[in-house]
Amino acid sequence: MTAALQTPASTVRGDSDDQRTQVPAADHRTAEALDRARVAAARVTDPEMPMLTLVDLGVLRDVAIEDGRVVTTITPTYSGCPAMATMRDDLQRELQDAGFEGAEVRVSLTPAWTSDWITEEGRKALKGAGISPPGQAPRRTGPVALTLMPTKRALTCTLCGSANVKLSSEFGPTACKAMYQCLDCLEPFQHVKEI
Amino acid sequence: MTNEPSIHVDHDEAGANIDHENAYSGLLVNDAHWAFGTDFEDPLAGVDTTVPSGVDPKDLAAYCLMLGDDALVFSQRISEWCSSAPDLEEDIALANIALDLLGQSRLLLARSAAADPSLVPQLPEGSPVPDEDRLAFFREDLQFRNVRLAEVPNGDFAEAVAKILIYSTWRLAIFERLQSSRDSVLSAIAVKGVKEMSYHRDFAGRWVLTLARGTEESKTRLLTALEGLWPLWDELFETHPVEASVAAAGIGVDPAEVADEAGVILDQVFAAAGIERPERDALAGVRGKRGRDGLHTEALSKMLADMQVVARQYPEGQW
Repeated sequence: MTAALQTPASTVRGDSDDQRTQVPAADHRTAEALDRARVAAARVTDPEMPMLTLVDLGVLRDVAIEDGRVVTTITPTYSGCPAMATMRDDLQRELQDAGFEGAEVRVSLTPAWTSDWITEEGRKALKGAGISPPGQAPRRTGPVALTLMPTKRALTCTLCGSANVKLSSEFGPTACKAMYQCLDCLEPFQHVKEI
Repeated sequence: MTNEPSIHVDHDEAGANIDHENAYSGLLVNDAHWAFGTDFEDPLAGVDTTVPSGVDPKDLAAYCLMLGDDALVFSQRISEWCSSAPDLEEDIALANIALDLLGQSRLLLARSAAADPSLVPQLPEGSPVPDEDRLAFFREDLQFRNVRLAEVPNGDFAEAVAKILIYSTWRLAIFERLQSSRDSVLSAIAVKGVKEMSYHRDFAGRWVLTLARGTEESKTRLLTALEGLWPLWDELFETHPVEASVAAAGIGVDPAEVADEAGVILDQVFAAAGIERPERDALAGVRGKRGRDGLHTEALSKMLADMQVVARQYPEGQW
């Protein structure tokens, strides 16, 4: 699980090549603590899509130890994501349970979250919960093109696998989802939007 | 009876019992999940809010306040549609759009407060109300800097989609340029906002097409709505001195620059819908003052009274 978390090497102390053979004991402890902190942080799930961990969702950007204190960094999926405060509380609680008091949770706005950051594990978990995972996010180079026809996505029904599906709304029960219906088995289902 | 009542107990992954008789049992584990989003938290926690060189922090703050007020006031207007839209899908769509704008507003107001703390209204000692909420709930109507389009009282559904189309066409053009702001916070807000408002503009554009090509009634209503909103179009592209100052500093966008581009996009929608761009004179200001100067229509005062009343009643309230 933690392998998916991209942590800049600079945040891992005692990691430079020439020191590898004789790492001071204190750095060993830090590295061990950092591993434990990452494992704990990676347990936290998204409050709106609890089948996904914050790592699966690509929201947990970093776990580091600064001056003996755990500092985690999260990024919002949408500007108005109402779950940010809960994510922060859940991270602090999980880290506290793992023995890290007073963990700090920072917000990172750059780079902006994209649905491409949802991991393979996360995509499987979404499918397993009956939610259609996002395709590749649009890569824009020029001005945003106006799209007056319904967005075309190659989706299959999460229940019966039929490709005969219809978009019912580009907006769903959470900011990150669109609503679809299968025209064969009639199952309505949610699709995580590409952004 | 051979059919003994059986008690079936499910366990979740952690081994805790799942109580199927109580739909709320899962929520009781964690109070925060009852109503998340009600907690106070700094939306810019850990974000570097240093004001870039070459710009007056007061201008940056005033500019963020303008953009933040646009998003806040328009978000509030759209959220008035909750439970009143023609069907559930559109109700949810409008609520989503309002939520995106509220999120943008929150970041913009927080950025404004960080750049110039003197803008933030003072509250009694110990009040837990964060800066962006103080700006939203404890300023008077004449202190708001939004364009007047954002405050127009709601009409029918045609008016809602026409207004969202006009707002998001204008705003998307501004935010696309704002992505390269020298202020890293504004730039980040714009990058995210562009993704969100692309959906808003498409949503509104599709509905404008649907209504224009629907029945005589739907077309008439759409044209009436556009006629009514058009006098506020020009104001969107007028340059306030603060906007000129931040644009010159590479921090903000001069709205006059995006007028042609926004007009072309809107004309594309009108052409696809088979309707004409309305011809109406711009709504005058009062002694040259408009929304950006704090000059508003009466509708804003009434809307703010409704929006602010609870927060003002309990300036020390914990939610």
